[in-house]
Amino acid sequence: MGGWAIAVHGGAGVDPNLPQQRQKEAKQLLTRCLNLGISALSSNIPAIDVVELVVRELETDPLFNSGRGSALTEKGTVEMEASIMDGPKRRCGAVSGVTTVKNPVSLARLVMEKSPHSYIAFSGAEEFARQQGVELVANDYFITEENVGMLKMAKEANSILFDYRIPVIGLETCSAGAAAMDNSLQMNGLPIRVYAPETVGCVAVDSQGRCAAATSTGGLMNKMTGRIGDSPLIGAGTYACNLCGISCTGEGEAIIRGTLAREVAAVMEYKGLGLQEAVDYVINERLDEGKAGLIAVSAKGEVACRFNTNGMFRGCATEDGLMEVAIWEQ
Amino acid sequence: MGWAIAIHGGAGDIPLSLPPERRLPREATLRRCLQIGVAALQAQKHSLDVVELVVRELENCPHYNAGKGSVLTTAGTVEMEASIMEGKTKRCGAVSGLSTVVNPISLARLVMEKTPHIYLAFDGAEAFAREQGVETVDPSDFVTSENIERLKQAKEANRVQIDYTQPITEERSGIPTPDGNSRIGTVGCVVVDEHGNLASATSTGGLVNKRVGRIGDTPVIGAGTYANNLCAVSATGKGEAIIRGTVARDVAALMEYKGLSVKEAAAYVIHECVPRGNAGLVAVSAKGEVAMPFNTTGMFRACATEDGYEEIAIWPLQD
Repeated sequence: MGGWAIAVHGGAGVDPNLPQQRQKEAKQLLTRCLNLGISALSSNIPAIDVVELVVRELETDPLFNSGRGSALTEKGTVEMEASIMDGPKRRCGAVSGVTTVKNPVSLARLVMEKSPHSYIAFSGAEEFARQQGVELVANDYFITEENVGMLKMAKEANSILFDYRIPVIGLETCSAGAAAMDNSLQMNGLPIRVYAPETVGCVAVDSQGRCAAATSTGGLMNKMTGRIGDSPLIGAGTYACNLCGISCTGEGEAIIRGTLAREVAAVMEYKGLGLQEAVDYVINERLDEGKAGLIAVSAKGEVACRFNTNGMFRGCATEDGLMEVAIWEQ
Repeated sequence: MGWAIAIHGGAGDIPLSLPPERRLPREATLRRCLQIGVAALQAQKHSLDVVELVVRELENCPHYNAGKGSVLTTAGTVEMEASIMEGKTKRCGAVSGLSTVVNPISLARLVMEKTPHIYLAFDGAEAFAREQGVETVDPSDFVTSENIERLKQAKEANRVQIDYTQPITEERSGIPTPDGNSRIGTVGCVVVDEHGNLASATSTGGLVNKRVGRIGDTPVIGAGTYANNLCAVSATGKGEAIIRGTVARDVAALMEYKGLSVKEAAAYVIHECVPRGNAGLVAVSAKGEVAMPFNTTGMFRACATEDGYEEIAIWPLQD
């Protein structure tokens, strides 16, 4: 055993009717990010740097719901959150309510390394960002036209929507608006076609067996301002220790309740399960009625992805040559 | 079997020389809160109502670092946080960054019951408080002269202080605190009622001289607070250590996955998983057992069980 491994995700819960073009773009982005991570791992870059690097790339691309492309709050603004954790010493950092920081995951890393705290939020996090001199942009930078349209629809439907990946135009052509939301496939109580994958994440183990995890998100479409989900919560959306690294996505509230990321590590640590067994157990037994997915790597260089949603944008690779990018159940 | 309740008022480096004028009012508060909880349990109140009731009482008391006694941020303001969790359903609610809400724990409960979310923070949480019509006061009402002095001392010492005004430079320095007699801490309550329903609640003002926006372990489900159908846990101490140790969930995980008793699981987490001097917790099991371990000098704590056991203590008990 041994060797590096990496997995990335762009959210769990995908509309089965997602246009082919959109699927293709998502796979291309996942492949690009995976390759970025692979080349970093091959150059012996530590896992903690690799997960940050890959998540920055996902944040910078507007396709998924994090950084640029983040879902909008009920006020039409962006409030992003992220966390990162380094397995060997279980050091961690998290941010919430970030509105001008181009790469929230890097701010989370700075909280971990440059502050005595683990978690800083809202105006305090913005102030910390300025002190640290990270790249700042106007809130508008994060707001895409597509998301503005989706917020409008969400408000019309008077519901809180997870992010989605259906172009507004596409939706209109296939009977738009609230009427279109009558669909049997649901996620978080919402029709899947307007739900959508939220969150991006990356987990990696380097060739020295160090695990790390990072997760970043814009949260829910039409969310109340101030809402915090699972992504910044250590043990819920993100966890890493000397055994494994995990990043979760899906219904935030179910993930928080299930302390899902820590759970994978806990059953490995306390029940002696292997990575795949642990991941299967957690997805099958620990989600109650909730819908979610996760990616995980072990210190031994194994990788696992599981979800009980309709699809998850994901990709994984290991040193011994496995490489896979997928959306649907295989 | 039967009901059980445990309460804490924070763990930390509480000197054995704590003068009576500091010690007695805190012990009296613990006793009073314990009695309130016991009376509620005897009156068949649900565990969730009992933990909220008791933590509200602790928040209303200026001697502990939550609600009215909250310590100040580096900007001289109050930013309170709290969370609550019900064991049977694992429903939970949390709030951070409150500056006007008299009882943060009740707002956490409203987040749990009245929103599709679990966790609201800062302006959004304050706006939700207005919507729900909970009692609010001017932010300056939380600022006590004692806490202004505490912040002043912390700033002079140029350090962020833990709940207990313990010096926490990068690692623990062991330097005597400049404010050795002002020991105050996070509060929490865990309960199992006679039907075996478990609940946990934790509330805090955070750290003296903390950075504005800092979130500790208290509102983080699995870190400061956790409850399921086996046990309910509320942790206190150095937030960053409790977050990375997912302390509250780990007590439950050890019971669930290794079959440990609540006492064994709680002791394992406090003595094996968290660095010495960092944390304490209170826990009750569905069977009505209680555990209150800490690896700090002391922890303000109290517990009672249906079969008549009662304890109110600060330092380790003499055998």
